Amino acid sequence: MTAVTSTERLQRLLALVPYVVSRKVVGLAETAADFGVSERELVDDLNLLWCVELRAPDPYCPIDLSYEGGEIVVSQAESMGRPLRLAVDEASALLVALRMLAELPGLEDRSAMSRLIAKLETAAGAAASASAQVAVQVDLQGDGTAGLAARINAAITARRRVHLRYYVPGRDEATERDVDPMRLLVVEGRPYLEAWCLRAEGMRLFRLDRVLELTVLDQAAAPPPEATPVDVDQGLFRPSPDDVHVELELSADGRWVAEYYPCESVTDLPDGRLRIVLRTPDTGWVRRLALQLGEDGRVIAPPELAAEIRDSATAALANYVVLSAAERRPPAQTACRGAAV
Amino acid sequence: MSKRKTERLLGLVVCLLSTTRYLTADQIRQAVPGYPEQDELFKRMFERDKEDLRDLGVPLETGLNHPFDDDPGYRILQQAYELPELRLEADEAAVLGLAARVWQRAELAGAAAGALLKLRAAGMDAADGQSVASAIEPRLGTPEPAFGPLWEAVRDRRPVTFSYRAAGRSEPQRRELEPWGVVNRHGRWYVAGWDRLREGTRVFRLGRIAGAVKFCGPPGSVTVPDGADVRELVRDWDSAPAREHTAVLRVRSGTGVGLRQHAVSVRADESGPPGWDLVTTRFADVGSFADYAARFGPDAVILDPPDLREAVIARLKGVLA
Repeated sequence: MTAVTSTERLQRLLALVPYVVSRKVVGLAETAADFGVSERELVDDLNLLWCVELRAPDPYCPIDLSYEGGEIVVSQAESMGRPLRLAVDEASALLVALRMLAELPGLEDRSAMSRLIAKLETAAGAAASASAQVAVQVDLQGDGTAGLAARINAAITARRRVHLRYYVPGRDEATERDVDPMRLLVVEGRPYLEAWCLRAEGMRLFRLDRVLELTVLDQAAAPPPEATPVDVDQGLFRPSPDDVHVELELSADGRWVAEYYPCESVTDLPDGRLRIVLRTPDTGWVRRLALQLGEDGRVIAPPELAAEIRDSATAALANYVVLSAAERRPPAQTACRGAAV
Repeated sequence: MSKRKTERLLGLVVCLLSTTRYLTADQIRQAVPGYPEQDELFKRMFERDKEDLRDLGVPLETGLNHPFDDDPGYRILQQAYELPELRLEADEAAVLGLAARVWQRAELAGAAAGALLKLRAAGMDAADGQSVASAIEPRLGTPEPAFGPLWEAVRDRRPVTFSYRAAGRSEPQRRELEPWGVVNRHGRWYVAGWDRLREGTRVFRLGRIAGAVKFCGPPGSVTVPDGADVRELVRDWDSAPAREHTAVLRVRSGTGVGLRQHAVSVRADESGPPGWDLVTTRFADVGSFADYAARFGPDAVILDPPDLREAVIARLKGVLA
């Protein structure tokens, strides 16, 4: 049995009576499932409700119920026939989520959303007002992302296969692939397409802002039975035993890295510096990150990666000497000629 | 969990709901089983129980039945207690199921589940949101530990104090804030409000708050000014500037997809060495575009403007320093 506090259980009991009352008669199993408890816990709850007794002025039992044959019936509920009104947190949790949903592109039926928001605001009354102090904005500002989301949603509804030209920044590669779209996810403020990728023969997530081109094909989507949506609540990035452990040391100016990438560990060092450990199946993007960070981030391990980054920086600097010094674009060249004359 | 306490609290709610008159503490002690004989113990336990019920959102009222009564009494008005009548259409119930899942595993997940339970208790059928969920599935996370206390502070209008590590600063600094609202923008949480020490409107990123957020004033002591739009404040603080500068780069043929993606023009560079293209693109500020261009290492060379070129060279030299 999970540890619940007395007040949490009280909340459940206060909801249980109206739950049964509004359904007149309801099965034990179904009720237990809706309340997220075992049947045994549910029976304990029912017994507790049945035993409530008030002693004054005259002793009486306000609640009468039975659960014979697995069917619950409440024959007397006194003044507990309706659920407690929504608390501020409860109203806010739903309203904030709904307003966020209402902003997403691709949802065809927006009217259900606005009707529900209006009904909840009315039902919650004053408890709804705090929700105005929380706002969620989803990142759909990227060039054409909103339109892309709407087209993907249409392809999902029509069950069509699509062709993607998709950018993989870690390898600086534009990949071509056919995918069967399954869902549009919005996680950490970013929209993703979850699809069965025919090239990889697996479920893949595609960031919408990295889709270079999308073509809806004349072919029907035919994902295999093993194409099941990933459980996004377990996190989008699953560590694998084959991952490389990368250790980075960041300056105070490089601390943002720890906010942007999921880190296995983060250790504070003197002067606001940080040591972080990342796990990744592909170190290409770490090399690029290190080039960007310059002196604000240093790869400590693995040593091969550190060497690769140094080689890359050396080659890039050599380009500046060889390629650009002699052949600067017009402004610089004009200046040189002027000096020579 | 104490079963006796649950029984006592349940008895208290039923007792106060079934009366229209105010009941004194003494009358309550007689009616509800489970309270101790000893006066001091009873008083303390009753105080805690009232606190618990109010935390749950039970509208516990205090008042006198008669102006000459000595002791205040308590009651719960049915009308204030009950969730008003609420009928949901099937499509609304589906959307509700989707909304309740948004907070999965995040700070307000418990609150969302509690709300759903009450709506089910009001007779709404279990909404699994299948029809809508098949196409779209949004999630909101609150990995920042500061979210919980800041949401409470915003909800209860209380000022807070915390240590904040501004970007690039090595030492966190103490801040005192009258929070007006929390905003999630592009997956990150921010709080906006009045910074008492700096006497100005400020926005803070929750991920940069170091250590605990503490209340520094009673509930209701923060006034959100009329017309304060926290979304607007955060947007202004965090929005990307316009791309108003032009850069010219040499990009190795067959590479630099990201650099070419938003380019104004890409052409073979006939005057230069073979195997390179000349890419012209727009950028917003030198710092962030230099960050981006440096990622391409030996596949990109900035030709112009000179400050951008120097900024990239500085990064590359930094790697070797």
